[in-house]
Amino acid sequence: MSILYAFLVGGALCVPAQILIDRTKLTPARILVLYVTLGVILGALGLYQTLRDAVGCGVSVPLIGFGGVIAEGVKKAIDEEAFLGIFKGPLTAAAVGTSAALVFGYLTALIFNGKPHKM
Amino acid sequence: MSQKEEYEAKIKAIAPTSPLFKNCLFAFLFGGGICAFGETFRHLLMRIGLESSDAFVQVSVTLIFLSAVLTGLGIYDNIAKIAGAGTLVPVTGFANAVVSPAIDTKSEGWVLGVGAKIFTVAGPVLLYGVLAGTVYGLIYYAVSLFGGGV
Repeated sequence: MSILYAFLVGGALCVPAQILIDRTKLTPARILVLYVTLGVILGALGLYQTLRDAVGCGVSVPLIGFGGVIAEGVKKAIDEEAFLGIFKGPLTAAAVGTSAALVFGYLTALIFNGKPHKM
Repeated sequence: MSQKEEYEAKIKAIAPTSPLFKNCLFAFLFGGGICAFGETFRHLLMRIGLESSDAFVQVSVTLIFLSAVLTGLGIYDNIAKIAGAGTLVPVTGFANAVVSPAIDTKSEGWVLGVGAKIFTVAGPVLLYGVLAGTVYGLIYYAVSLFGGGV
C-alpha cells in the first residue's frame, strides 16, 4: 500500500515543478534549490517526518527529502553539541547524498565521454 | 506598439500552446514511478534486516548510482526529454545534474573542468540547503536556550 502512496505523492510533487518549467523561466537548478529549501522548512516544522512515515520514498526520494534530512541533522547535532551543532548539522546530514553524487559523478566522467552535442 | 511587442504578439498567435497537461501527466507518472521503485526497494532492504532510517539512505545512494550510470550511457537525458520534471525532482535528477556537467567538461581538464563544473548544480543546492538549515538551527538553538524544555 505504501508503494501506491509513494507513487501518488512522489508523482504529485513533480507536477508543480513541471508547471514552473513550462510557465516560467525558472531553470532546473533553481527548481532544485527551491525543493531543497522547501524540504528544510518542512523538516523544521516536523511535517517532513510525518509525511515520510506516511508515504516513505514518496517524499524522501524527491529532493525535498534532501532538505528534510538536513533539518533533521541540524536538530540532532544541536541536541548533541549545542551551538556548534548549528554548523555541524547541515553538511553532516547532507554528506551521504552529496558524496555519493560526487564520487559516482567523477567515476562516470572517468569511464564515459560526453556525447557530441547535437545542434 | 514597439517593434519588439509587435513581434511577440505575432509569435504568440502562431506558436503552439505548450502541452502543459501532457507534460504534467508524464512528470507525474515518471516521478511517481521512480518514487515507487525506491519504496519497493526500501521494503526489500527492510525485509533483509536494514533499519528503517538506513534503508532510506541506502535507497537514495542506489538511485544516485543508477542515475549516474544511465547518465553516462546517455539514457537518462533521453528519458528526461519525455519525463520532464518527473526525472528532475527525484534525487536521480540531482545526481544527473552532478554527473552530466562532470562528463561534459572533461575536455576543460580534471581540476577546473570536472572539479569545478561538477558543482554547477550541486553547489547551489548545497549552499541554499545549508543556509536554510543554519537559519533553522539558529532558531532551534535560541528556542532551546530560552524556551526551556524543548
